[in-house]
Amino acid sequence: MSRRAADRLFRFSLRSATLAAALALVFVTFFVGYEALPALQAAGAGAFLTDPSWHPASGTFGLMPMVLGSLAVSLLALVLAAPLGLGAALFENFYAPPVLRGLFQRAVELLAGIPSVVYGLWGLVVLVPLIAKHLAAPGTSILAAGLVLAIMILPTMALFSSAALGAIPAEQYRAASALGLSKWTALRTVLLPAAGRGIMTGLFLSFARALGETMAVLMVAGNVPQLPSSLLDPVRTLTANIALEMAYATGAHRHALFFSGFLVMAVTLLLVTLAGRSEKKEARP
Amino acid sequence: MTARTLTFLAALAAAAAAIFFSLNSSSEDIEKARLSLTGSSTIAPLALEIAKRYEAQNEGLRIDVETGGSSRGMADARRGLADIGMVSRRLKAEESDLTAHLLARDGVGIIVHSSNPIEAITGAEVTSIYKRETRNWQALGGPDADIILVHKAEGRSTLEVFLDHFKLDNPSITPDVIVGDNEQGIKTVAANPAGIGYVSIGTAEVAIENGAAIKLIKLDGIEASTATVADGSFPMARELNLVTYGEIPENAASFIAFAQSADVNDLIKGQSFVPPRR
Repeated sequence: MSRRAADRLFRFSLRSATLAAALALVFVTFFVGYEALPALQAAGAGAFLTDPSWHPASGTFGLMPMVLGSLAVSLLALVLAAPLGLGAALFENFYAPPVLRGLFQRAVELLAGIPSVVYGLWGLVVLVPLIAKHLAAPGTSILAAGLVLAIMILPTMALFSSAALGAIPAEQYRAASALGLSKWTALRTVLLPAAGRGIMTGLFLSFARALGETMAVLMVAGNVPQLPSSLLDPVRTLTANIALEMAYATGAHRHALFFSGFLVMAVTLLLVTLAGRSEKKEARP
Repeated sequence: MTARTLTFLAALAAAAAAIFFSLNSSSEDIEKARLSLTGSSTIAPLALEIAKRYEAQNEGLRIDVETGGSSRGMADARRGLADIGMVSRRLKAEESDLTAHLLARDGVGIIVHSSNPIEAITGAEVTSIYKRETRNWQALGGPDADIILVHKAEGRSTLEVFLDHFKLDNPSITPDVIVGDNEQGIKTVAANPAGIGYVSIGTAEVAIENGAAIKLIKLDGIEASTATVADGSFPMARELNLVTYGEIPENAASFIAFAQSADVNDLIKGQSFVPPRR
């Protein structure tokens, strides 16, 4: 094979791969939207907002409890995981002795690799009984789901923050030190602002991951589709709703579940776009 | 769009078409006798298992199993769209144009935590608990603890059996925890000393054997066990039927005979249903 032909073959296979990936996204979006459409036509978008409850078998399709449930557990997880992840990244890049640094990095990567159902099981047999015993029974709650999710998104947050901090040229830190700034002041006033956009990207993607997580949340959130009034109330998330009911849903119920899937996709897409934009701006100095 | 991109897209389409047709032709190569089942999604997984075993014994037969609910099963059998319908309840009087072939029984039992002293409960007490009129176990002679209601997600067959038996309206129930499958229900009650729930009796028996911290309690004085479900005495139970319309073709009749034989008992138990007394 001539070099030119090999080049063309390579280019062809790369293009096929890219096209296949892009087409998969288009097909999935189209399919979910197509399946969700009948629900919108039959009930109208308003029904999802205003119906008082989620009882598809009785014809009420209120999705608001699930939307709020998803937001509540994800926000709680983000509030818990963001400072921890950022702290871990700062420690790894500026305070950890070199021996510890590699070990720490491996540990965080391992944390990212554990399947979500394992976290869910841990939450169910350890965390939920603890909450039930010391705070309020039955323990399956926003708090339990938020804690489990926080551990799950911690690696995302830590790895992105670490990458952002690591990408700052070493001269900046040295220059700050040469000016007599203490380590903490240098971090706070020079390095963290410089890494800000990368850290924002980590935040958006962590949030998207928390929103999309299903199995672990399903096991510890209690799954009652209601408007929560405290952190100890059970809630149902949009994703758990799909996992719980899809296998047995028919007709309007099924279409309504596709609509909730469409919502999750739309929000995730928005978050990923925001993450992409903050990354792009960072690239321009 | 450049000519090169067009060529590329055409090549891609051609490749996709080639794959599609090659898959299609390979499955059409061998002409097989077919048998089709449609209906209840509760029965479908069991029917699929039975069909697999039957196919292995009868070379040259292909059995298709599709879901769509008991009503679809009956409609398809009547219109001849399916050879056999799957219906997860006893046929009503006005459905006597169909012939029911009992495949298995599905019993739903009330479970509580194993530390709960309560051994029996009445239907009226269950209704009162799920309507939140009885809120504390003390009212039933149990410990002083708020009852934790474990409920099933919409669409689950155990939920249907439960609501139907107690004539409860789902939107009126405000549970503490909603679970998906039986296993999750058992784990949730096992983790809550004040919990109450309802699960498939077959699954609960297996879990109790394996040391789960739950127990099945008597309902209206009748022991909740696979034995009482099998002989039809346990009240919260239903039939899983295969239904046919009119004359039964030869291969459908022999499949039904196989599905009603003791050869499939292990498969029925595997799906946490109960084989009927044969």
